[in-house]
Amino acid sequence: MKHKTKITGLMAAMLLTTASFAQAETLRLLTWGSYAPEELVQKFEERYPDIDVEVTFSNNEEMIAKLRATGGAGFDLAQPSHDRIHAAQMEYDIYKPLDLSKIDTSVMEASHLEGVKANTTIDGEVYAVPHQWGTSGLMANKAVAPDFKGWGDLCDPQYQGKTSMRLKRTILLGTAFSMGHDPFAAYSDLDKYQQILDEVAEKLIECKANIKAYWKGGDDLSAMMLSGEIVASETWDSTAYKLYGQNKDIVFVPPATGALAWIDTFALPRKGKADDAAYKWINFVLEPENVTIMSGSTGAIAAVKGGLELLPEDKRNAVTAAFTDADIANLKFFANIPAGVEDMEGKTLEKIKAATGG
Amino acid sequence: MQSDIKRLSLILLFAPFALWIALLIILPHMGMVVLSLREKVAPRVYEFGFGNYIDFINEPIYWNTLLRTGSMSILVTFLALLIGFPIAYYIAKIAGKRSRGALFLLCLIPLWVSDLIRAFGWILLLRETGVISTFLIRIGLIDQPIEFLYNDITVVIGLVYTVILFMIVPLVSTLDGMDNAMIEAGYNLGGNGFTVLRRIIVPYAMPGIVSGCIVVFMMTAGSYLTPILLGGKNSSWFTEQIYDQFITRFNWESGAAFGFLLLAFTSVVVWIGLRLTGQTLANTVAKS
Repeated sequence: MKHKTKITGLMAAMLLTTASFAQAETLRLLTWGSYAPEELVQKFEERYPDIDVEVTFSNNEEMIAKLRATGGAGFDLAQPSHDRIHAAQMEYDIYKPLDLSKIDTSVMEASHLEGVKANTTIDGEVYAVPHQWGTSGLMANKAVAPDFKGWGDLCDPQYQGKTSMRLKRTILLGTAFSMGHDPFAAYSDLDKYQQILDEVAEKLIECKANIKAYWKGGDDLSAMMLSGEIVASETWDSTAYKLYGQNKDIVFVPPATGALAWIDTFALPRKGKADDAAYKWINFVLEPENVTIMSGSTGAIAAVKGGLELLPEDKRNAVTAAFTDADIANLKFFANIPAGVEDMEGKTLEKIKAATGG
Repeated sequence: MQSDIKRLSLILLFAPFALWIALLIILPHMGMVVLSLREKVAPRVYEFGFGNYIDFINEPIYWNTLLRTGSMSILVTFLALLIGFPIAYYIAKIAGKRSRGALFLLCLIPLWVSDLIRAFGWILLLRETGVISTFLIRIGLIDQPIEFLYNDITVVIGLVYTVILFMIVPLVSTLDGMDNAMIEAGYNLGGNGFTVLRRIIVPYAMPGIVSGCIVVFMMTAGSYLTPILLGGKNSSWFTEQIYDQFITRFNWESGAAFGFLLLAFTSVVVWIGLRLTGQTLANTVAKS
């Protein structure tokens, strides 16, 4: 008797699970830390009660690593930056082409849309459309470092032990620009790029004594900046905007040679199973009121028409405090990373980290 | 009939362990070896070869980092033993029956908190505007804030703190089994404290010392969070290299080779350690 109830129970449980599978579709998002605020997820699930949203937070490198491990399975929508689509697709075949007719591209800022399309078109198929954009640059505490304005200033002895940077490719590129090179142009000639990297490495090794520590994430950077342990740093703009909310002296400084701009995109993993739900999510977050919620969480600007106006007020103030129109015109968009460059940059970063420069 | 049942129960008891070892340890490692022997020649094209290992040998940064990681891990192991032994001895031999459990629990409590949180605890204490620096200024011992964070000493402190429990536990359990009469006999025969420690207690505790050291050394050499969070500008750790190869450089082949080299390196260090101290796994770890 007992046996029987057990089996019936088991069967009921199985039926239940299959039933719930049949009913609800799951949308598995692979995205950045703040790109799926709880408020929006709830709103989305209310509008589409048959879709469950599952979110995995990650970053560019881990997104690609995760998708590579499964050949593009396990997620239905990914949000890598625009420069991380082409090479990853060529090398690992992890995305599938988008059906642009299912996306309301008319609301997107034309320049961003065209830029991302140009970056991510392979054999005539488009693999990504833009979502949010932002920049990497510098931030400084204007009360103590009013003249801070270029990548090179991080190494200015005036700020000895009071600056920080993240030892990743951004600082390599920024330093290259500040030394008068155009690293993106050199992507087509890797020997030249290696020369630039060697020069940059030399400069950054020399600079090591001037740096307090290399930051590793937004949290330790914020702590160092807010406590006054450092007065300036290389940063993501969104981190700087957040700090501006707490201390009006801390502002984002677009470097004189141009802030480095990235666009985070929407891309479909090759073996994603819920394309329709993914398209619904894309169109959903492009709606103006949802853009504001999203930007409030990400601190980045949506790549839609009038994206700046749709920012929440505090963020908009931080952006207008940081950027002039000339700065916006001077943005340097990250170029597609050709095969082999990650290795070259990785070696350079290792060399800098291993060097004893104080 | 009886022996069949015995055999069956043996198989059943052994199966989970065998499955665990085979599926989660041996199989992935074989995959890693295969992966590490692939050389990338072009996108989506690979060749068999030892290129990844040759790269490691040709690049001083890599093996310097490995040696650094190894030597710092040995230092951490030694410090953990030095600090952990008296604690274990106190818990096992000196403390009363009642306080023993409480003390043991006190040692365990930090383990309930994740590595990450413990590392952040150290950051709060040691940073320039942190608790210790501020306190020293407040009592007038120093007048400029001092940065204790971001150097190798901090990394060692953090690691010792993280792993010391794994030294204490095996030591307590071996020392617990030692008859107090042996120590008394040592004193009765005219030995002083040091002689008793050297001739009686340490040899008796050897199984615990060896297994503790092995666990601590392996954990330290393979730790990632603590060295990354507490380390400074020059503090490279080998696991960081592996992470970089796998994740930021998309170079799984070389990452796999590095992972395998780390395993080989730590195994060799443990083997040398056993050789130098004249111990074998059979008469130490197997006994503890």
